[in-house]
Amino acid sequence: MRRRALLGLAATLPLAARAAERRLVTVGGAVTETVFALGAGSQVAAVDSTSLFPAPVRALPQVGYLRSLAPEGLISLNPDLLLLSDEAGPPQAIAVLRAAGAPVALIPDGAGAAAVPRKILAIAQALGLEGRPLAEAVADDWARLDAPVAALRPVRAIFVLSAARGAPLVSGRGTHADALLGAVGAENVLRDFTGYRPLSAEAAALLAPEAIVMMQHALAEAGGVDAVLRTTALAVTPAAAARRVMAVDGAYALGFGPRAAHARRDLAALLHPRANLPSLPARPWV
Amino acid sequence: MHISRIAPPAARDLTAVVLAGGAVLLLAAMAAGVLLGPARISPGGLGAVLADWLGLAPLPPEFRRDAAVLGVIRLPRVLMAALVGAGLGAAGAAMQGLFRNSLADPGLIGVSAGAALAAVAAIVFGATVFGVAAGALGLWMLPLAAFLGGLGATLLMARLGSIGGVTGVATLLLAGVAVNALAGALTGLLIFTADDRQVRDITFWTLGSLAGSRWEQVPVVAVLIGLPTLGLIALARPLDALLLGEAEAFHLGHRVEALKHLAVTLAAIAVAAGVAFTGLIGFVGLVVPHLLRLGFGSGHRLVLPGSALLGGALLVLADLAARSLAAPAELPVGVVTALLGAPFFLWLLRRKAAA
Repeated sequence: MRRRALLGLAATLPLAARAAERRLVTVGGAVTETVFALGAGSQVAAVDSTSLFPAPVRALPQVGYLRSLAPEGLISLNPDLLLLSDEAGPPQAIAVLRAAGAPVALIPDGAGAAAVPRKILAIAQALGLEGRPLAEAVADDWARLDAPVAALRPVRAIFVLSAARGAPLVSGRGTHADALLGAVGAENVLRDFTGYRPLSAEAAALLAPEAIVMMQHALAEAGGVDAVLRTTALAVTPAAAARRVMAVDGAYALGFGPRAAHARRDLAALLHPRANLPSLPARPWV
Repeated sequence: MHISRIAPPAARDLTAVVLAGGAVLLLAAMAAGVLLGPARISPGGLGAVLADWLGLAPLPPEFRRDAAVLGVIRLPRVLMAALVGAGLGAAGAAMQGLFRNSLADPGLIGVSAGAALAAVAAIVFGATVFGVAAGALGLWMLPLAAFLGGLGATLLMARLGSIGGVTGVATLLLAGVAVNALAGALTGLLIFTADDRQVRDITFWTLGSLAGSRWEQVPVVAVLIGLPTLGLIALARPLDALLLGEAEAFHLGHRVEALKHLAVTLAAIAVAAGVAFTGLIGFVGLVVPHLLRLGFGSGHRLVLPGSALLGGALLVLADLAARSLAAPAELPVGVVTALLGAPFFLWLLRRKAAA
C-alpha cells in the first residue's frame, strides 16, 4: 500500500522533477532576470554577456554577446530550452540553431508599460510556468506611478549613451532610453531622429536640456560628471550649469524586465527630488 | 625576389609532391573540423550517426544531438570554410602574380571594401528601405548585396584603372586605393546613420564568421568560388610568363590585357562570394601564397593550386579554433587567422632573412 502511494506520488512528480533538472540558456538581460523572478533561476546553465542580474548569473558560463551567438557553442551546453530575446542574433546563427532542431524560444523585446508584462508572460509560457502573478505585480507597481508622474512638470532631458570620445552619443526616438524618459516625468528633447546619434554642440545649445541621464558605467568610462560636463556639446546646456547628471544602472533602468516599475520610481525621484511619489512594495526580484 | 625561381622542368616532381601534401593537409583539416569542437561527440555517437547516414542502422534517439551537430552544423561549416579559404588563397596568389608585388592581396582590387559597403547598407537599411526585398530574400539579402557590392567595386576599379584600353599595373593599383577610400567613406557615412545595435552587427561582420553556414549556401558557394578558383589555376602558365615582364609575356604569345581582366574578374568573384557569406577574413589571401613562395619558389603551377589547398586548410583550422577556444561563445574567425597567422609569418620572414 505504502509503496503504491509512493508510486502515485512519483507519478505526479515528473513534471516538477523534470523542471528542476531542466537546463536553460537565457540570452538578454530582461529574459534572464525574468527567469529568476519566476523562480526558475536554478535551472539557468549559461547566460549571455548582457545578463548581469541577479548576482548568481555572473558565475555562470558565458555564451558571449547576444548579437554574435555561436550555434555549436549553445548546443554543446545541452540545453533543454534556449530562451532568446528577439534582439539576439545574428539571424544566420538563429537559422542554424533552428535547422539543427535546437529548442529555441524567441521572447519579444520591447520598452514601455505594455512590453513588461508581455515579456514576462511570454517567458512564463515558454517555461510552462504561471506568469500572471509576476506580470500583474509589476504592472500594478508600474500603474501606481502613472498619476503622480503625469502630474509632474516634465524635465527637458537627454539620454547620453556614451561621452567618452568626441561628440556624445545621444538617444532619439524608438530607443529604450526614449521610453524610459517618457515614463519618469521627463521629455526627451531629441525628437527628430530615431536611434542613437552624435550630438553637436549647436544642437545641444538649441535644445537646452535641463538634465542629462547616463548609465553608471558610461559615466565612469567618460571620467565622471565633471569630465562629461566639460565636453563641448554638453558644457553649453542648462543641465551643465545646474550640474544635473543622473546615473542609472543600465540593466535596471533600460532592461524593462521585472524591475522596471522600481527603476521608473527611482529615476523619477532623481529627476524630481521634491515630488511626492508613492513608495513601491519591496519585491523579492528587485 | 621571387622572380628568380620559376619552376624549372625538374621541379615538376616537387610540384606534385607539394600539391599532394596540400591535399592531404586539407582533408586532414576537414576531418578535424568535422570531428572536433565544443560539442563533444563520443566514438559511439559518431558510429551511430555514420551508420544512420550509410543506411546501415536507424539513429538511436539519444544520438539525435550528435547527428545535428555533425550533419547540420559542422559539415556545411567545414565545407564553406574550405571553399572560402581556397578562394581567398588562389585569389591572393593570382593578385600577387598579376601585380608582381608580394604585398598584393584581394583587398587591393576593392572587392572587400565594396562588399563591406553593400553589407553595411543591407544591415542599416535592411528593414526599412529594402523592406519588400528583405521580406522576399530573407537571409539571402545580405550575402547578395555584399557579393554584388564586391564585384561592382572591382569592375569600377578595373574600368577606372584602364586608360585607352591599356591597363597599367600602377594605375590599376592606384584606382584600387581610390575605390577603397571611396567605399570606406560611404561606409562611414552609413555607420553614422546606424543605431547602436547595427554598429555592433557591422563590427562583427567585418571580423568574419562562419557561424551562419548552412547547407543551402554550400552549392552556391561551390559554384561561385569553385569555378573561378579552377579558372585562376588554369592561368598559371600566362601568370608565370607575366613574372618575366609584360613585354616578355606578350612576345611569348600571351594576351596580356585579356589576362589581367580575366584574373581580376575571377579573383573578384571568388573573394566576393566568400566575403558575402562569411564577412571579412583577412590574412589568408596574403599569407598563404607567401608561405608557398618562401618554401618552394614562385612558379604559379605550384603556388596557385597550392594556395587554394593551403588556404582551405588554414581557414578550416582557424574556424575550428574560433569555435573551440572561447566556447560556448565564439571568436571571430578573422581575428583567429590574423592572431595565428601574423606571428608565424613574421617568424618565417625572419628565418628566411637570416638564412
